[in-house]
Amino acid sequence: MLELRGVNAGYGTFQALFDVNLDVKAGEAVGVIGPNGAGKTTLMRVISGLIRPTRGSITMEGVDVVATPAHKIVSLGIAHVPENRRLFPQLTVDDNLKMGAFMKEARGHYAERLDVVFDLFPRLKERRHQMAGTMSGGEQQMCAIGRAMMSNPKLLLLDEPSAGLAPVVVQQVFELVKRIRASGLTVLIVEQNVQQVLKVVDRAYLIEAGTIRASGTSAEMLASDTVKEAYLGV
Amino acid sequence: MGMQAFLDIFDIYLLEAVINGILLGGVLALLALGLNLIFGVIDVTWICYAELVMIGMYAMYFMVQYYGVSYFVAAPLTILLVAILGALLHYLVIAPLLTAPPINQLLATGGVLFVLQSFATVAFGIDFRNLGIRLPVLAFGDMNFSYARLLSFLAALVGMVAVYLFMTRTFTGTAIRAISQDRQIMALMGVDTKRIYIITSALGGALAGLAACLLVLQYDVHPFVGLSFGPITFLICVLGGLGNFIGGFIAAFVFAEIISLGGLFSDLEWGYVLAFAFFIVMMFIRPAGLLARRR
Repeated sequence: MLELRGVNAGYGTFQALFDVNLDVKAGEAVGVIGPNGAGKTTLMRVISGLIRPTRGSITMEGVDVVATPAHKIVSLGIAHVPENRRLFPQLTVDDNLKMGAFMKEARGHYAERLDVVFDLFPRLKERRHQMAGTMSGGEQQMCAIGRAMMSNPKLLLLDEPSAGLAPVVVQQVFELVKRIRASGLTVLIVEQNVQQVLKVVDRAYLIEAGTIRASGTSAEMLASDTVKEAYLGV
Repeated sequence: MGMQAFLDIFDIYLLEAVINGILLGGVLALLALGLNLIFGVIDVTWICYAELVMIGMYAMYFMVQYYGVSYFVAAPLTILLVAILGALLHYLVIAPLLTAPPINQLLATGGVLFVLQSFATVAFGIDFRNLGIRLPVLAFGDMNFSYARLLSFLAALVGMVAVYLFMTRTFTGTAIRAISQDRQIMALMGVDTKRIYIITSALGGALAGLAACLLVLQYDVHPFVGLSFGPITFLICVLGGLGNFIGGFIAAFVFAEIISLGGLFSDLEWGYVLAFAFFIVMMFIRPAGLLARRR
């Protein structure tokens, strides 16, 4: 479904990604793990077009993502839940969800999608007239995921969904990710919470200093010495 | 207590001035909304905003007086014309300067102000012109109200309600409200920010066009007529907090009352002097605007 080949990317003179190759197949859940500043968020941003690669190719179901204008990439079926959620704090939950369905293709299905999202997150329905910025961290994360789901995506990019949340809430967020997976959506998830994320995904990539160091199934990654020593503290 | 007793207590002229202030406030609020919209969404200040109104007033004058078009046909055409002017202003002047320092943007729109004034002077001359429509004066008890003002007030309210509905009910309106809260991620929502800026500019222009249709009923048109509304609109927006729609709405009526009540004591010019003095004092007391949160 998604293919990255030889991708370099960065900010100005700072290069954050080096020759990244990555695949996500339809129906899979794939994790990207690695330390702070390894380039995980840059990887997400380069896929959704917030920054553009300086080299390499990105395709979504065979369509060239790099040649697609940033605001049209969501129409290819890629929805990005950005780091720190990035809700519109002074808009209501309803309006935030409405923004998720902004693109032409989604507007016609606005009511159906709203039902799907409220089904997945009943809490959002209770809070629909509340300003998004006044909700708890966990609720805001639900709203951010819900907003991305409004576009009826094929591929969901989740950037650190558990960051800054209380441990109990982190547990809930990973439960949510499982339910989203079960609904048939393909997921690419970036996480620092390695132990948790490897329970949810089929495969994972380990990224360090902008380079893919290792990849494999969750079981392989859990068994790998590099991952064990550096991230699982075993 | 009957109506007569009420009128005896309140000086009749005072009441008349208060009501006239409210009527004046409607059009000022409309202008402030347009300017706030541009500032809040695009983060630029159109110094030449009142000059767009001036062009709109000329459009009304020529259509109605010169070509004999009915007022109610000319009005939507004028609104459309000024909306297009607003979009062009953004496309030709603002868009290339979006990432430039604010002072460059101010100078550029300031330049447009002089271009429009000079254009009007050359093209239309410096004569004062008016529609020649004399609307009746409404007498209510011992008070007199201008029918034109009442009509303008109502039309301005309708305009503002229409903008409110557009901003709250439509996808594009919601995007206009969202964009200033997080510009970077708008692309993730599938929003083309350039397009939203153009639409917002056209909307700001349309509000100036509507104001032009209303002001032309009360004031003569001349190339410098923008000076009568421009500065006061800026003061209203600053007092209400730049980009704050509700603050601007309230500030418009506060200023209109000061002008109207101030004018009661001598002539209308003194009302303006009072309004500007009030503004300076307020800038010391509440520099971030009327509705700014106390720190």
